[in-house]
Amino acid sequence: MFDNPRATIRTFIIENFLFGDAASMPDDKASLLESGVLDSTGVLELVGFIEQTWDFEMADDEIVPANLDSVLKIAAFVMSKQAHEAA
Amino acid sequence: MASTDGRLVISFNGEIFNHVELRKDLEARGHVFRTTSDTEVILHLYAAYGDGCLSRLNGDFAFAIWDDERQRMFLARDRMGVRPLFYAQHRGAVYFASEVKALLTVPGFTSKLDIRALDQIFTLWAPLAPRTAFENVFELEPGSYAIVDASGTRTARYWQLTFPDRDDRPSPRSADELEALLSDAVRLRMRADVPVGCYLSGGLDSSIVAAVASRMSADPLRTYAIGFESAEHDESRYQSIVAEHLRTRHLRTLVTGSDIARDFRNVVTHAERPIIRSAPSPLYALARTVRSDGIKAVLTGEGADEILAGYDIFKEAKVRRFCARQPGSRFRPLLFRRLYPYLPNLARQTPEYLSAYFAAGKQDLDDPLFSHRPRFRSTSAAKILFSADLRSALDGYDAAEEMASQLPEDFRRWHPLHQGQYLETRFLLPGYILSSQGDRMAMAHGIEGRFPFLDHRLVEFAAGLPPDQKLKGLEEKHLLRRVARDLLPKEIVERPKQPYRAPDSEAFVGPSSSAYVHAMLHPDNIRSTGLFDPSAVDRLHRKCEAGKAVGFRDNAAFIGVLSTELWQQAFTAGSACRAVA
Repeated sequence: MFDNPRATIRTFIIENFLFGDAASMPDDKASLLESGVLDSTGVLELVGFIEQTWDFEMADDEIVPANLDSVLKIAAFVMSKQAHEAA
Repeated sequence: MASTDGRLVISFNGEIFNHVELRKDLEARGHVFRTTSDTEVILHLYAAYGDGCLSRLNGDFAFAIWDDERQRMFLARDRMGVRPLFYAQHRGAVYFASEVKALLTVPGFTSKLDIRALDQIFTLWAPLAPRTAFENVFELEPGSYAIVDASGTRTARYWQLTFPDRDDRPSPRSADELEALLSDAVRLRMRADVPVGCYLSGGLDSSIVAAVASRMSADPLRTYAIGFESAEHDESRYQSIVAEHLRTRHLRTLVTGSDIARDFRNVVTHAERPIIRSAPSPLYALARTVRSDGIKAVLTGEGADEILAGYDIFKEAKVRRFCARQPGSRFRPLLFRRLYPYLPNLARQTPEYLSAYFAAGKQDLDDPLFSHRPRFRSTSAAKILFSADLRSALDGYDAAEEMASQLPEDFRRWHPLHQGQYLETRFLLPGYILSSQGDRMAMAHGIEGRFPFLDHRLVEFAAGLPPDQKLKGLEEKHLLRRVARDLLPKEIVERPKQPYRAPDSEAFVGPSSSAYVHAMLHPDNIRSTGLFDPSAVDRLHRKCEAGKAVGFRDNAAFIGVLSTELWQQAFTAGSACRAVA
């Protein structure tokens, strides 16, 4: 089993994109693009953070909104990658 | 200068390029001139035609005429907004000047930051005229005049940009017509008592102006260019190709990050408004070079991207509309990569993310600001740094909606490309390009910029072109490229648009970072001005210091905060009140 990374992801987004403004952070289900938290280059920062923090590489076809557009989706993706790498 | 009978007195900043032709017409009507100056031509023209004199002028001007007989002041500004004209009312009098600084010397008159203007800059890149960054200081809008008399101040437009209805389907025009108009615009702007130089960016627009000017110049044209250390920004190779082809006397100014940072304080003082890009700073340095080379007027290619649809934002809007018609397509969003080949981070995006970021729904297609929404959204994100007090004071205010409310009635009947061109030409061109990057940086060193593409005859011609003569497929400035074929090397003619950009936050951080940057961004300073959140600014600063500010948003935020704090220091230092109470 792996720890749920939601809190780590939330903290990174609040620190890195919202500069500490937790009140502007949408809930974990909300779209990070639609809420304006991420822009197109922000996605690349997010990918870099995920790869560095959980020590795996993301393939191009994994860098899609279905995996990264909310805290919940990112957390689910990270856990599934960890499970896959551990298998 | 005063008229012979003393009835009219004029104060004038700028140039009337067709003053020779106007003088001949006036002399034929019996007017007698004492000088050869264009200033006197304006006086006679006003005496002959009154307010209607403006439509006869071809020039970049801001002037005020005191009409003693009618006991009124007549203030006017050129069509495109090249020359600035600010005014303020204080204790029953109207004061005017080409710089706000002059108004701030009026005894008893004080001003502070207009927070709605700040919101506009952090959304639209520039204040919406007549608003300025200063509370209770206004600018006369381009193409407008004001009459000040005992009954008050009234403004009116004498010219405005307009486009044909999209159903009118204007006829194609020839490249020869465009070349003839451009040549005449350059010819008029080569008139001067001193040699006129030319800026050379390495792109199509300034290159074609230099080519036309070279044909008219007996001596080698003197050209001036900016070079950068980073390959991402530098265009020296293309500048050299053009300079060698035209055999100009070429001078390149290498601008380093340290130069940008060192000059930036002066840049903000001259711009007189916060800015979100560092790009004016190298132009400030370039004007200094030009001045030291003994030149006082330069031609540039400014305006071509607006009137002939050169900017990427027009292509971006076209692709977004294309994608919106088939939202599920995986391949259509790949076209976005073609728009920004010079942005490596965008080239790495998957189609899904490109689609998610840029895509629009069918419901968005009727939005009058459709073409500019991604830019406004991206820029607005920097407002996350606004302090709680500022956010509270701005609660409910929407800068983009204010822009939308200023659009003309027939705007919705225009072709989508023309709608985007209008937004760019009416708002950003005078509000940022011609002011913060143009007149203010050049005039800081006494250099006068002259812009052939903004000759109103050329602007009106371009507005009447069919859209596909400007943006053909995804090829920008299609008709201008045809003109360029006979004038420039193929490498320049076929070169895709590379927008002028300069290093932003990276110029202000690192071991050689200027002490003033740290002082301005220090939490104590940020707290004292009250506009931004000290902790958030500190986090942004540290992110930039760590080299992690890779996107437009962080860089715009950094430059925006720094320039706002410098603006506060330059114009309200010593003021008892904070910008936000």
